[in-house]
Amino acid sequence: MTILTDALNPAHPPEPKPVSRRLVRLMRRPELGAITGTVIVFLAFGITAGNSGLFSMAGIANFLQVSAQLGILAAAVALLMIGGEFDLSLGSMIGFASVTIGLCVTQFGLSIPAAVAIAFVIAIIVGALNGILVVRTRLPSFIVTLAGLFILRGLTLAITRTVTGRTQIPYITDGQEGSFVVWLFGGKFGAPVFAWLASHGVIDARPDGSAMVQGLSMSILWWVAVTAFATWLLVKTRFGNWVFAVGGDDRAARNVGVPVDRVKILLFIGTALSATLFAVIQVLEAGSADTLRGTQKEFQAIIAAVIGGCLLTGGYGSAIGAMFGALIFGTVEMGIFYTGIDTDWFQVFLGSMLLIAVLVNNYVRRKATEAR
Amino acid sequence: MSALFSIRNMLGAAALSLAFAGVGILPAPAQVKQEGDVRIVFVTHGQANDVYWSVVKNGMQAAAQQLGVKVEYQAPETFDVVRMARMIEAATASKPDGLVVSIPDMDALKAPVEAAKAVGIPVVVIDSGEEAVEPWGLDLFVGGGSEYDNGVKAGEIMAKAGVKKGICINHEVGNVSLDKRCEGYNDGLKKSGGSSDVVAATMDPTDVTRRVEGYLTAHADVTGVLTLGPTVAAPLLKMFSDAGTIGNYKIGTFDLSPEILDAVAKGTMMFGIDNQQYMMGYYPVVFLTNKAMYKTFPTSAVRTGPSFIMKDDAAAVRDLSKAGIR
Repeated sequence: MTILTDALNPAHPPEPKPVSRRLVRLMRRPELGAITGTVIVFLAFGITAGNSGLFSMAGIANFLQVSAQLGILAAAVALLMIGGEFDLSLGSMIGFASVTIGLCVTQFGLSIPAAVAIAFVIAIIVGALNGILVVRTRLPSFIVTLAGLFILRGLTLAITRTVTGRTQIPYITDGQEGSFVVWLFGGKFGAPVFAWLASHGVIDARPDGSAMVQGLSMSILWWVAVTAFATWLLVKTRFGNWVFAVGGDDRAARNVGVPVDRVKILLFIGTALSATLFAVIQVLEAGSADTLRGTQKEFQAIIAAVIGGCLLTGGYGSAIGAMFGALIFGTVEMGIFYTGIDTDWFQVFLGSMLLIAVLVNNYVRRKATEAR
Repeated sequence: MSALFSIRNMLGAAALSLAFAGVGILPAPAQVKQEGDVRIVFVTHGQANDVYWSVVKNGMQAAAQQLGVKVEYQAPETFDVVRMARMIEAATASKPDGLVVSIPDMDALKAPVEAAKAVGIPVVVIDSGEEAVEPWGLDLFVGGGSEYDNGVKAGEIMAKAGVKKGICINHEVGNVSLDKRCEGYNDGLKKSGGSSDVVAATMDPTDVTRRVEGYLTAHADVTGVLTLGPTVAAPLLKMFSDAGTIGNYKIGTFDLSPEILDAVAKGTMMFGIDNQQYMMGYYPVVFLTNKAMYKTFPTSAVRTGPSFIMKDDAAAVRDLSKAGIR
C-alpha cells in the first residue's frame, strides 16, 4: 500500500539508508499521529481526572461504548475518504434505519431479525443511489450527500409522524430481550468474567455482590470486527489497492483499468451499511427509535477519520487510525464530565482537544515524510 | 517506541486508580458525612439554550451554595436521549451521593437509571418521568403536574376565551413530554368542540416564525396559539406584533421568562404556565444532602406545579423571572 502511494506521489524523498528505513516506514504510517494523540489524551485525563471514576471499570465501559459506536462509522468513512469522497447523509441514514426497524416491528408486526434485514437492504439501496448519483453527475459528493442528509431526515420525520402520529417509537424489543439477534447487536458480553473479577474484589461490586459492570457492550466487538475487516480490505486485497488508486488520482486509476465507478459505489454502500449497523445497535440497546437519532454523526465520523490520518483530498489514511480517532473522540466526550467542568464549556474543550489531536497528527506526519 | 512505554505507564495509572476506587466499597465509618464531602450530579435533557433549564440550574446552585455541597450539572447540547444514557452511566461511575435525572424517554434511560439505583445511588427524578419512579424503585419525584393535564387545562382556558381552532408548536420533536402537552391541549379544546394541530419546529427563532407564519396564512381559522417554551414564544410575539395581528390570537405558553411576563401583564399574551422549576433544582439538592448526612428523606412526590400566571400576577412574578428564579 505504501508502494502504491509512493508511485502516485513522485514528490517523495529519496529512500534513506537501510538502518533507519524501518523507523521511517513506521513513522510514515497514517495511524501514528492518532496513536500519539490517544496517548496524550489518556495522559491528560490521567492527570486531571485520575481517580474520579473515569478509569474505573464502569467508566472504561462507558467511554468504550461511545467510541465503539462512532468507530463503526469511522471505519467505513475512512475507506470512503481514502477513496476521495464524503458521505454527509450518514447521520440521517442512522435515523432512517432506526425508524425503519421501529416501524417494521411495532406497526407491521415483523420479527426483529426481519426488520434488521430490511433495514440493511434499504441501506444498500440508499448507498448505491448516493454512489450512482456521485459517479454519474460528477458533482462533488459533498453536495450530493448533503441533499441526502436533508431528504432522509425529512423522510424519517414525515413517515414516522404519518404512521404513528408521534416521533418516538417505544417498546421495540418488548418481550424479545432474550432473543439472539437482540443480544448480538444490543447485548453485553463478558458477564461471567466481570462477575468473577467482582467476586474476587478486582473490580467494584454492587451492594448485592454482583459486578458493577455487568458486561461490555456488543458494539465494542462490532467495532473491532468492522475495523479489522476494513483494514484487511485496504491492506490485503486488490479492492484496497483500487481504493487508494481511486482516491489518489481517479483519472490515472481509470487509465490503468481500475473500475473507478464500481469502487466508489461500493464505498458509498459501505458507509450506508455502517450507519445502519450503528442504528441497529442503538435501537436494540435502547429499545426505542427516535427521529432525531444520529444527528451530527456524519461530522463526528469525519473528524474521527481525519484524526486517524485520513486526508480530505483522498488517497491516504487507515482504518486503524480511524479506530483510534474514534477512541480519542469518545474518551474526550465522556472524560470531560469526570473533570467536573461545567457542561456549558464542554464543546469548547471538545473542539480544542480535536484541534490539538489533528495538529499533533499533522506534525508527526510532516516530520515523518520530511527528507532527512 | 516511547508511545508503548507511555501506554504501559498509563495502564499502571489506571490500575492504581482502580485500586483507589476499590477502597470506596468499604462500609462508611459511623460518623456523619460532612457537607463538603457531599457531591450531587444532575443529568437532564434540557438543551443548553433553554431558559427553563437555566432556572433549574440556578435553583441547584443556590441550594449548593447555601448548604456548602458540591453539585454538577450535565445535559446534551441537543435533545439526545442516547447521549443522556451515556452521561448517566458516566455519572454513576463517578459515585456521587445522589443523582438527579429527568426522564424524557423511559425505554432508552431504563437501563442506566436502574444501574445507578443498583449501585446504591439515590435517584431523584425531576420535571418529566414521574411514571418511572414507582416501577423502577427510584427515590422521589420533584416536578409539576403531568404534561398531559397541563395541556388539557391550557386547552380549557383557551376554549373558555372562545378559541375553536388552535395550534401547538412543538420545538423538540421527539420529546414525549412535549407530544403529551400538545395532545392534552387538543383534548382540552375538544371538550367544547374545538381542535388543534401540531406545528413541528426547532429552537431556531427564524425557523419557528416562518413556519408558523406559513401555517397561519394557510389556515385562517386558527385563533389559539400554544407554545411549549419561552425560547419559542418570544420570537413569535415579535412576529405577531410586527405584523399587527397580535390581537387576533389568544397566545399561551408553557414556562415563563421576563418577556413572557411582560406580554402577559400587557395583555398581548393570555397566560404562562409555570411549573416553578426553580424548586426542581433546589429541593433535590436539599433532600439528597440530608439523605447523605442524616438518612432523612421525603416519602411522597413533591408537586411544584402547574400554576397558571394570568394578567393580575404577571407583574409581580416578572422581577423574579429576571433574576432567573421564576
